[in-house]
Amino acid sequence: MANSQLNSGNPRVDIEYRRKKSAEEMKQQVVSFALMIFLTLIAFAAVAMKGASAWFVVPFILLLAAVQVVFQLYYFMHMKHKGHEAPSMFLYSGLLVGLITILAFTTIIWW
Amino acid sequence: MSTYAQKKGFGATLWDYLTTVDHKKIAILYLIAGGFFFVVGGLEAVFIRIQLAVPNNDFVSAGLFNEIITMHGTTMIFLAAMPLVFAFMNAVMPLQIGARDVAFPFVNALGFWLFFFGGVFLNLSWFFDGAPDAGWTSYASLAMASKGHGVDFYVLGLQISGLGTLIGGINFLVTIINMRAPGMTYMRMPLFTWTTFVTSALILFAFPPLTVGLVLMMFDRMFGSNFFVTTMGGNTVIWEHLFWIFGHPEVYILILPAFGIFSEIFPMFSRKRLFGYSSMVFATVLIGFLGFMVWAHHMFTTGLGPVANAIFAVATMAIGVPTGIKIFNWLFTIWGGSVKFTTPMHWALAFIPSFLAGGVTGVMLAAAAADYQYHDTYFVVAHFHYVIVGGVVFAIFAGTHLYWPKMFGTMLNETLGKITFWLFFIGFHMTFFIQHFLGLWGMPRRVFTYLPGQGFETSNLISSIGAVFMSLAVIVMLYNIIMTSVKNVKVGNDPWGDGRTLEWALPSPPPFYNFKQLPLVRGLDAYWLEKMEGKKGMTPAEPLGDIHMPNSSFLPFVIAFGLFVAAFGALFNMDDKAWSVPVIIIGLLITFGAMFLRSVKDDHGFHIHKEELMEDDNDKGVKA
Repeated sequence: MANSQLNSGNPRVDIEYRRKKSAEEMKQQVVSFALMIFLTLIAFAAVAMKGASAWFVVPFILLLAAVQVVFQLYYFMHMKHKGHEAPSMFLYSGLLVGLITILAFTTIIWW
Repeated sequence: MSTYAQKKGFGATLWDYLTTVDHKKIAILYLIAGGFFFVVGGLEAVFIRIQLAVPNNDFVSAGLFNEIITMHGTTMIFLAAMPLVFAFMNAVMPLQIGARDVAFPFVNALGFWLFFFGGVFLNLSWFFDGAPDAGWTSYASLAMASKGHGVDFYVLGLQISGLGTLIGGINFLVTIINMRAPGMTYMRMPLFTWTTFVTSALILFAFPPLTVGLVLMMFDRMFGSNFFVTTMGGNTVIWEHLFWIFGHPEVYILILPAFGIFSEIFPMFSRKRLFGYSSMVFATVLIGFLGFMVWAHHMFTTGLGPVANAIFAVATMAIGVPTGIKIFNWLFTIWGGSVKFTTPMHWALAFIPSFLAGGVTGVMLAAAAADYQYHDTYFVVAHFHYVIVGGVVFAIFAGTHLYWPKMFGTMLNETLGKITFWLFFIGFHMTFFIQHFLGLWGMPRRVFTYLPGQGFETSNLISSIGAVFMSLAVIVMLYNIIMTSVKNVKVGNDPWGDGRTLEWALPSPPPFYNFKQLPLVRGLDAYWLEKMEGKKGMTPAEPLGDIHMPNSSFLPFVIAFGLFVAAFGALFNMDDKAWSVPVIIIGLLITFGAMFLRSVKDDHGFHIHKEELMEDDNDKGVKA
């Protein structure tokens, strides 16, 4: 896995390189954290806004939620790093199975 | 720890198995428990065939007949076929990838005990006012109307054993992803390991819908909710969807490991590498993938509408393509090989035409318009027995003969094995082939009797005589197992002489740590490769060192037992029994108490030291 430790005890570890990597990582995390707060504020604003119909607000909030999940998985849970092929394959397979189920339920049972 | 070869008393052996976390011993537990339930389900099948042997029979009453067919289906799928398949996965898969155990040995034991107590709970229904009687699919419209506690036993028993299956599947996934020996890339994994992998993924995604369905039904029946009560705005069709979203992948959960076992047998006894290995892997994954898009073909006559029926019909027929790829690959594996007609090879050769017949009727049933004719007739019964018996049960028999030496260190008698095969093969086709015609002539499924003069008499009698042959076959095999165990003639590493994969490089049965040194895998059919270069065993991939092993534990048994107790409380709660709530609480306390104990008590396992490994056995020298 790529979440490697700085104190690995390996004498050949390039500390400078690691430090730069970590700083970059930290920057991305702060940016995505700020973005997530911002998206949450937008979601609240959409609900508070007068005149916006539920047909707009509900899908809009769901879309924002999906974006947040992506941030969470890729920036905070390191899915963008190497070595996460198996977890992402299973996540996407599960997503596919779940979506097909929802699609089927909404199209042939309830409506 | 060089004491494992000592003779032990019965009590010590029993305690050993109750507390074991060793995948090889858990495999034996699965084999025994699954074998027991297979015999129970088989007896139920015999009762069905006795009842239907002649028209207007009164061997069992109509109500009892419903209970028998329900329990036959439920037992055979959940308590016989799945655990038997799990037995081989547990016994062989870790050896095939060169691992010392599964990723979570404790959880592996827990999975077994959950399955076992769930199965026992379900079967105890026979002794408490009646077994479930709404069919193995337990459609909500029927199940909600069922009197007595039968369906509650079904719901709670399957919930508990389903938990065991789910954690077993997750365990296999983690094992295959993380614990392959050096050099064992994904595309060097034996086919049985591949099918175990895909099967486990199917379990991971298919069991949650069943769990959800069972929870909804549990609340409806025991706690007064209305998910499936149409008068209160519920919808019984939701159960059908949830059940089949689980139920269709479930049949692939059964058949894929069967494909895996046959994919080991064909190259072994044709003495040729498997034809089209990569296309086999591709087909396995594709079957698993398509398995989730076809569930509604079980519900064509529910009234989904022509568009939905057409989509699911086409998706269903698409599955014939990867399955066809597999069939041709097996045929090409045999073609030109130097075939040895051992007992496992008999089963494998008989599997191809038998399973193919089931596949062809499957495509017939997939044509939605035609399905309105076949629906709920014996044609469907014939179809699914051809795929499940002709596929899965044949594989279980083949696997039992093939892996018996690896699991127990003795060889089953080949002559008796072939007698078993011929009795079963003849009996199977005699019982089920004629049922295609019974269905086309109009005999409905799940009827407890029929009138004379409708043209069903002779065919039903033939079908029942076939069941006698199958019963004899099972008896011969049990005799074979007993005789082999009594004689107890030990065999070496590769008793078939043609082993290709890693498990045959190990002693039979393997030592409890499996590999003294993890092997270096240099290609597909790793052991065969080394043998062809004149080497006796695998090249080690690591120097000899201490091996870390997990401690045995009684807690998995206790955790599962607590749920078993709690299930009794939940079951009798609807009768307003005063003791039911305390029983639920006591049961859950046992379970959560044991889980708490497991969490707070440090259990670091133990090490087998290098010196002990060196003196352990001297027939195979330790290298480097």
